[in-house]
Parts: sequence; C-alpha cells; structure tokens
Amino acid sequence: MPTDTVSVTGWGRTAPTAARLVRPRSYEEAVAAVRECGARGGIARGLGRAYGDAAQNAGGAVFDMTGLDLVHAIDVDGGTVLCGAGVSLHRLMEVLLPLGWFVPVTPGTRYVTVGGAIGADIHGKNHHVSGSFARHVLSFELLTADGQIRMVDRGTPLFDATAGGMGLTGVILTATVRLQPVETSLMSVDTERATDLDDLMARLTATDHRYRYSVAWIDLLARGASMGRSVLTRGDHAPLEALAGRTRARRAPLEFRPGRLPAAPSFVPEGLLGRTTVGLFNELWYRKAPHARVGELQRMSTFFHPLDGVPHWNRVYGRGGFVQYQFAVGYGQEETLRRIVHRISQRRCPSFLAVLKRFGEGDPGWLSFPMPGWTLALDIPANLPGLGGFLDELDEEVAAADGRVYLAKDSRLRPELLTAMYPRLDEFRALRAELDPRSVFTSDLSRRLGL
Amino acid sequence: MKDAFGIPQSLLILGGTSEIGLATARRLITRRTRTVWLAGRPSPGLESAATGLRELGADVRTVDFDALDPDAHEAALGKVFAEGDIDMVLLAFGVLGDQSHDENEPGAAVRVAQTNYTGAVSSGLVCARALQTQGHGSLVVLSSVAGERARRANFIYGSSKAGLDAFTQGLGDALYGTGVHVMVVRPGFVRSKMTEGLEEAPLATTPEAVATAIETGLRRRSETVWVPGALRVVMSALRHVPRGVFRRLPL
Repeated sequence: MPTDTVSVTGWGRTAPTAARLVRPRSYEEAVAAVRECGARGGIARGLGRAYGDAAQNAGGAVFDMTGLDLVHAIDVDGGTVLCGAGVSLHRLMEVLLPLGWFVPVTPGTRYVTVGGAIGADIHGKNHHVSGSFARHVLSFELLTADGQIRMVDRGTPLFDATAGGMGLTGVILTATVRLQPVETSLMSVDTERATDLDDLMARLTATDHRYRYSVAWIDLLARGASMGRSVLTRGDHAPLEALAGRTRARRAPLEFRPGRLPAAPSFVPEGLLGRTTVGLFNELWYRKAPHARVGELQRMSTFFHPLDGVPHWNRVYGRGGFVQYQFAVGYGQEETLRRIVHRISQRRCPSFLAVLKRFGEGDPGWLSFPMPGWTLALDIPANLPGLGGFLDELDEEVAAADGRVYLAKDSRLRPELLTAMYPRLDEFRALRAELDPRSVFTSDLSRRLGL
Repeated sequence: MKDAFGIPQSLLILGGTSEIGLATARRLITRRTRTVWLAGRPSPGLESAATGLRELGADVRTVDFDALDPDAHEAALGKVFAEGDIDMVLLAFGVLGDQSHDENEPGAAVRVAQTNYTGAVSSGLVCARALQTQGHGSLVVLSSVAGERARRANFIYGSSKAGLDAFTQGLGDALYGTGVHVMVVRPGFVRSKMTEGLEEAPLATTPEAVATAIETGLRRRSETVWVPGALRVVMSALRHVPRGVFRRLPL
C-alpha cells in the first residue's frame, strides 16, 4: 500500500499540516490502514474539495479513498447504483448519463467522491426539492474503528451520525444511491436579474417551487440601492422534445461533454482579486446577464459546474489561499440575512463567487448542514486584514438567529458556537465515544472544533 | 489547531515574563487562543503574568524552564507537549547584558551568549521535534536587528542574536514540508523594561506592535518579519556599508 508523508490542505489552501497519505485499493488494505494508523489516528479524504481542514490530520494518517473507484452495479430499470466510496460524481455522470440517469444531487463541482458527498451531506441547486445527498442514499458499508465493516441502512442512528459526520464515524467503503431519471444531458434554463436583495428574495420565494434547480449569483460589492443585486439561474433537465430542431443534439441526447479550459497557473500573485478587479468582474457579470430569458439550453457542466472548466481554479487567490463562508438561517430570519449582506457589502469584501439559495426541508443527519431557510456562500481571500474578526461577528449573528455554518467549508469557526449551531452535537459525541473510544478517526477539523 | 488565519488555539511562551511574549499572548487570546503555557524560572513575575492572562479568559499554566539549564529542557518541555498539541511556540527569552561591563567580565558575556543562543538552540530543537511529531504548529523566534550586523555598541548581544537568527533560518529550512512553520521576528529597538534607561534608537517600536506583526506573519505564513517593516530596507542598506564607514556611524 503506497504511503507518503505530505503537506495537506483543503481546497482553500489555508493551514497546511503534514500527514501520512495512505491509498488503500481494497477492503483488506482499508482495514489494515485503519488498524495501523497509529496514535494520531486517521481520516478519509476524497478529492480534497472541502475548503477547510476536514480531510487533514496533522501528524497522523490520511486515507486517500480515490483508490476505491469501482462502479459495482447499476440497476438500469430501478435507478440505483452501487459504487465504491472513491468514485467521483464526474465518473458517475460519465457512466450513468448514457443510460438515462443522473446523480440525485450535485454540488458546484462534480469532482467530489460519493464517500465525501455522504460525509459532508452535500446539497445542490435542487435542495428545495430533493434535499441533501444522504436522502438518496439507501445504504452504505462503513469501516469502523474496531476494524469491522458494517452495513448501515438509512433510518439507523449510525446512518444519521455518518451523514454529515465529516468522516468521524468511520470510513465509507461503498454506497447504494438512488438516481434521477433524465431524457437528455441538456438543461433548460431560465435566467433573470434581480435589482436588489428584496427583489431577489421576493422572486425566489414566489417562483422557486416551479423549478427543480435554482440558485442566485449575488453581487456582494454592490452598495446602496443595488445592494444584493443578483442573477437568478433556474431550470430543469431538458425533456427530449425541447431538442426539436437541434439535429446534432437529437442524435445523441444523452452525450456528456464537459468543456475544459487550461488550468490556472501554479503561481498567481497575491491580491490579484482585489476590490477593483472583483468589482469590475461583478459589474460585467451582472450586465451581461439577460434581464429575462426563458428556456435556454445549456450543457450540464455550464449550468452546474462552471468552475470545473478551469482545473485548479483555487489557485487564483494566490499563496495565501481563501476562506469560504457559508451559513444558513431559517425562514423568518430574513432580517439577519439582510443585515449580514449589508455588512459584507459595507466592508467591501472582494467576493466574486457568492451565491444565495433557498433550502427546503432538512435531513436527519445529526451534523447535516441544510435547514429550511436561506443560505449564503461566499469566498474571500484569506489575507484580507481583519477578516477573522469580521467573520466572528457574522458567526454571532448567525448563531443568534439559530442558524449555522457549514462544516465542510469551515476553516475558522469559534468552537464555542458549535453546540448552538448543531443541537444534536452531544448525541454525535456520545455515539463517537462509544463507537470509537480511542478517537481513531480524527481530523484537524475535529481537533479544532472538539467534535 | 490553527485556523485559516494561522491563529493558534494553544500557545507556549518560552520566557514567560517577556513583554513581547505577553503582548502577543494578549492579542491572540482575543482571537482564538484558549490554552497558554508560560515557561520560565519560577518567580512572582511569572505568576502575575499568568494571572494577568487568566483574567482575559485563557487557561494559563506555568512550567519551570531555565534557558541556562539545557539538560532540563527535554523533560520540562516534553511535559507540556504530553498534555496536548501546542499550535504555536514563541521563543521569547533573551537578555541584553551590559556591553561595557561584560567586555571586562567574560563570564557575564558568556551568560548572555548562553541564554540567547545555546539556550535557544536546545529548547528550539526540543520544540521542533515535538511540533514535527504532531505534524503542525508554528515556531516563532524573537531575533533582533542587532543580529543583522554587529555594532560596536552591543556586539555581545548582537552576536548571540546573529547565531540565533542563523539557527532559526536553518531550522526553518530543515522543517520545510513537515507541516511546521518557522518564523524569525526581527524587531528594532523595543520600548520595554529590557531597554529601560537606554537611549532610544530610530524606528523604535513597542511590544504591542511586535505582537501585531506576529499575528500578520502567522496569517501570511511569513518566514521573516521585521518590526517595523521599514527596518528591512534600512538594514539591507546598512548591511552593505563598508566596514570603515560603518564603524564611524553613530549607531
């Protein structure tokens, strides 16, 4: 089994720590890796898309799960797939789309593994309709601290602790996932502009239920009357009849052809993304969006994963890396959301990848992030002076409104706020204490937050 | 663990009564630091420093540590690391000595060198090994501009800091890629009890300013920090001044 001591960071490229990287390729190797991980424990890692320190383990072992990359079985009639935890959603799309199936939930990147999708209980643009990823997982095999492999079915405490449990209950080896049927690999997309935050929230509230997928890009640098101006893109899988007149698309309606641009260079000067450049970008992005356009056909990669087109896009923030901040507050807490957007825009945080979305019902995962309400996600260069204190103040607002921040994106939360944000944390800790008394499964995130 | 901005949750200060060390601790406690170890010779000063930090809400403990007793470093510091991860070690101890007195008393001069240099070599290596084992952490070492080029007026202190500075740079290179971050901090003249009564040099600074610079350095994962930053330019010019001229400069 290949082992290597390497410096590991999350996608945000902050807080590097050193770990032994172990890449198991079979159940036996995975069991051996967990048994031999040593005093500082181990943690599973997929494709490293968690922004913070969730898949790092300083001084211990990190299990690179991308070696378990087999798609074992597809039920083409029933619409389920059984695959290894290291299979990426990208791979699933390649395999499943020609058969007329799509993953039930996809985040803003398809380069995440199935194991990671369960561990972070990820959500996508369809959360208000379909919930989070774990809602579509029927069962999974979990390698626990005692070296046993357990079959975990939905509805059990271990399932709910693992869904969103950030890999701290064990290592997921395989999972059975229910799929979404599609007729084509194209998306039918409606685009519209919202002139300010109130307009945006009104539009989302009024018409979100008509769309399976919905998200709004929001300009957090706009101030005054245009504070919160946004571009809404909402849509659904295009039905076959929508391809009328497009002969090429009709010939292969389920073809999956994501575009790809050159990778971001490995060295980018710090401060490239300052207020001026980001402000300019945001202005252009807003102006180029149509006031209202209906039924545009877009490729899946354009609609769901625009950033995947640029490999290593996280390098554009330079050596200092960046922080992703995502929080959710419940319905009825619109004032809090408004106040936070106001504070961010007053502070002129250069954030060009900010999105606002409405969540639907939450799922039973104990540490699962989504809750019915509003979620805002933004990224900010980590070297912005005073950012740490500013985000702490936002945390206070979020916690006071019974909201929470997303652990898969966190790299800086104050540990004291965690219990307020995740009320079932005590149950999670109790289950971990029983299942894994020696804390075999440990990550930098769990150390930092005392999970 | 350090957060995305490099702020530690646990801090070990070697030289627990150092004004710069305590100013740094105060600053970090307002952010994320919850556990502070103050290592130093047992004294009322050390205890009152601990009390002062406790009042800010930190969990503060003291540990017996004497830079002049390198044989005891392993045991004393090993005990601290055994209690839990240390996210940041601040090597803050040092003595200025009395140049004109020490020139005539080699024993006193050697004590300056032993405290500032060999004491730091020993404790620095002990901490470096512990940090490497835990796979993360910052080792922040307080050097001085005096070590950049030896001056007639304080070359005993300056030479000890020059040794410490070179040692730290090498250690930083040795630990590159191990998850451990090593940072050299080179303050200019700092107004503190160590420099009380001395004539103030240009670009003088304060312990609080050094603490701020350390926080920024942690965020940027800097390897070298000058306080104030302008000293970097000044010293790089002074470094190239010919000996004959440098000797005559009123420094």
